[in-house]
Amino acid sequence: MDDAAARSTQSFRIETAVGSPRATAVAVLIILLALMLLPTFAGRNLIQDLIFLFYMLALAQCWNLLAGYAGLISVGQQAFVGLGGYLLFALTLIAGLNPLLAILLAGLVSALIALPTALIVFRLRGAYFAIGTWVVAEVYRLVFAQVKPLGGGTGTSLTPSVTSSVPGIEWVKTLLDVRAPAARDIVSYWVALALLAGTLAAVYFILRSRRGLALGAIRDHEAAAAGLGVDIYRIKLAVYVATAAMTGMIGALIYLQKARISPDAAFSVLDWTAYVIFIVVIGGIGTMEGPVIGAIVFYLLQRYLADFGASYLILLGTLGIVIMLFAPRGLWGLVADRYDLTLFPTRRRLIIRDREDG
Amino acid sequence: MTDWLDALIQGVLLGGLYALFAAGLSLMFGVMRLVNLAHGDLIVLAAFAILTVASTFGLDPFAAVVLAIPILFVVGFVLQHVLLNRTLGRDLLPPLLVTFGLSIIIQNGLLQVFSADSQRLRAGAIETASIPLGGGIAVGVVPLLTLMSAIAVIVFLNFIFYRTPVGRAFRATSDDLEVAQLMGVDVNRIFAVAMGLAFVVIAIAALYLGLRANFDPTIGPARLLYAFEAVIIGGLGSFWGTLAGGIVLGVAQTIGARIDPEWQILAGHLAFLVVLAVRPRGLFPRAQD
Amino acid sequence: MHLLETNKLTAFYGDFQALYGIDMLLDNGETIAIIGANGAGKSTFLKSVAGLIRGAADSVLLDGTPIGARPAADIVKLGIALVPEGRRLFPSLTVEENLLIGGYGRKAAGPWTLDRVYSLFPILRERRSSAPSTLSGGQQQMVAIGRALMSNPRVLLCDEISLGLAPIVIADIYAALPQIKVEGSSVVLVEQDIVKAMKVADRVYCFQEGRLSLAGPPRDLTREQIHRAYFGS
Repeated sequence: MDDAAARSTQSFRIETAVGSPRATAVAVLIILLALMLLPTFAGRNLIQDLIFLFYMLALAQCWNLLAGYAGLISVGQQAFVGLGGYLLFALTLIAGLNPLLAILLAGLVSALIALPTALIVFRLRGAYFAIGTWVVAEVYRLVFAQVKPLGGGTGTSLTPSVTSSVPGIEWVKTLLDVRAPAARDIVSYWVALALLAGTLAAVYFILRSRRGLALGAIRDHEAAAAGLGVDIYRIKLAVYVATAAMTGMIGALIYLQKARISPDAAFSVLDWTAYVIFIVVIGGIGTMEGPVIGAIVFYLLQRYLADFGASYLILLGTLGIVIMLFAPRGLWGLVADRYDLTLFPTRRRLIIRDREDG
Repeated sequence: MTDWLDALIQGVLLGGLYALFAAGLSLMFGVMRLVNLAHGDLIVLAAFAILTVASTFGLDPFAAVVLAIPILFVVGFVLQHVLLNRTLGRDLLPPLLVTFGLSIIIQNGLLQVFSADSQRLRAGAIETASIPLGGGIAVGVVPLLTLMSAIAVIVFLNFIFYRTPVGRAFRATSDDLEVAQLMGVDVNRIFAVAMGLAFVVIAIAALYLGLRANFDPTIGPARLLYAFEAVIIGGLGSFWGTLAGGIVLGVAQTIGARIDPEWQILAGHLAFLVVLAVRPRGLFPRAQD
Repeated sequence: MHLLETNKLTAFYGDFQALYGIDMLLDNGETIAIIGANGAGKSTFLKSVAGLIRGAADSVLLDGTPIGARPAADIVKLGIALVPEGRRLFPSLTVEENLLIGGYGRKAAGPWTLDRVYSLFPILRERRSSAPSTLSGGQQQMVAIGRALMSNPRVLLCDEISLGLAPIVIADIYAALPQIKVEGSSVVLVEQDIVKAMKVADRVYCFQEGRLSLAGPPRDLTREQIHRAYFGS
């Protein structure tokens, strides 16, 4: 038949990257370098705004990996932001550790706690999983509200000795000739940049790995993926724990920067999940590019409209619903469809070529 | 001893309130597989609706809810027909995210209209009336009415589901959406009717929410979690299971509160997690899924 | 005017085209059979007529009225009922409730009532309160047919009603067909069993890869013609 004839004259090949991978790598390095050098001439406001943008984008990438790829729709990621924040406070204030080390440890401990958490919430399927994660976040909040050394329900602040003990502050002060608060921001900025780059790299390599392919299969059709021998439970568990670690570290950084923590703020579903979901949905779920676009849009909305309070939130909710209904693949989806673009080549495509040509 | 018995009784009565929260959620899931993240906010919205009707017409909350019920039925019907039906399909994400967005819109809309002040439905003497049971234990009339209303709502829902043509259509649609259409069931309309009915239950839940305690625009999400926990503890698919789940949750919270008032909510959540760990399908799962 | 007519009917699943320009006729009182190999598009054709797959309005005509774009819930009210492949009874409804829901959308009075269905398939009266999953395959098929009849259809579409059943059970079910026709339903059968189909049908349509490969009264068709239409050359 036709198909058989075609098979003999065509060759198949699976490609992930489009364009030249080397050029992309160079471009990424240049952008990274430019962002690293930015504090040498940028003002403090811009640095603070970028810290916010970076950690929101990193959180969005984590949620996107969970929901957009592994199909784990969580509305309880604030659990790990708050956990990371509280761990930072506990490790620095009580254990007296260096804040940077505390950030790393916060990630590790978050992963350790995520494991038993997963064993319980994974008993819930689909939409019920979503609410289950929210319950877990509430449990974390209520538990930390009982921890008196960390301020109980009202929370606590980092002492100046902790905030100034971040390595590099003195160095930045003398090198860039800035005052201590500005130097603190610059160090936080670099940490945020490093975490963001680390998160992007981790998500990128997870998606390009063999496991990442399996994730695509799960997202597209869970039953079929299971039939092909993909161990869905273990892969989902791995993704859940990995994102918990990343989210925990980001949470630790956020609260190092804020220097004040309380259970209600640290485990806020609005700040750490609703906004993050908004970013991913507006930008385009299930792509790495989407959250980048979404984070920038969110940053602009937040900067210029947040003062409108309740009306602003009504606007965000409405925008989210409209996008979900009428452009479910988000802003990036609209652009990518039109121009066939991809910045992070995580998708594999089947290239069919006539043998004579190929 | 009396103290604990009292905690148990108050817990059972509180469970009636949670069963009312949960019945609406259970109905939505049972018919259209919709998990509604705005459920708690809708209950709070309904409480404000009753408050507004009561204060506008100078009515008792019990009379106001009778007026509010048809209005809320229509609101639910329209919400489902215009918005939520568009989100239903194989993908879980749209209904979850749209109802999550709805939750934020409702909370902030209420904040704008009614401010963040605490409100309460005022019903006069009945609010504080209680019936002594002897041994120093007394049950409040309103908590008792709450539990009785929860039972009445469940009897009513079971009647609709198992004794009426529309109930048959609910169950058929839930079983097999495609074949239900072959029977002449307009599923969009049936879903809208189900949501209208869920809003009637929400109105009754809101009445007792407002009578038993203060409410403000921000308390919705916690109500969603209680409703959800009651549904899962009870086991999916049965309204009576939902009542049992509500009672387990209510008792856990009351006993937790007796130990330390700060532990009330936490104790409820922990009871839920324990049930989930030990009996993931709930205490009274339906035989077939 | 014909009772039912399809006119260059096409159907798609996403980008995949499952039917290519099917023309078919059904007149009052007729039984027609659609045969063809697996994947030939037979079930798709019935789903298109029943409104589960919607197409151009004038691709399906009932009494000359275009209905091809109407949803399934409307189609059954207009008088076309489908007995779906695999029976697909509602598991949480009893046998009697399954029959009752079949009459959910009906407007006008007609010959079919619970009693009439029970006298057609007496065993169902005994099992009226049972869950469908406790019935034998043949009994389940009777419920599925009875459920479709409860809408008093003028056109009854039957998708593989003999599939997976023992020959003696199949004979029982086919024995009901004449009574169904007497009550005013014309019948479209999709049938794997060619011999069975040829025996009961006034005309046979053979599908091959989404196209009509042969049509005509059974007595006019030769074995070779059918073989070729069924399997391709």
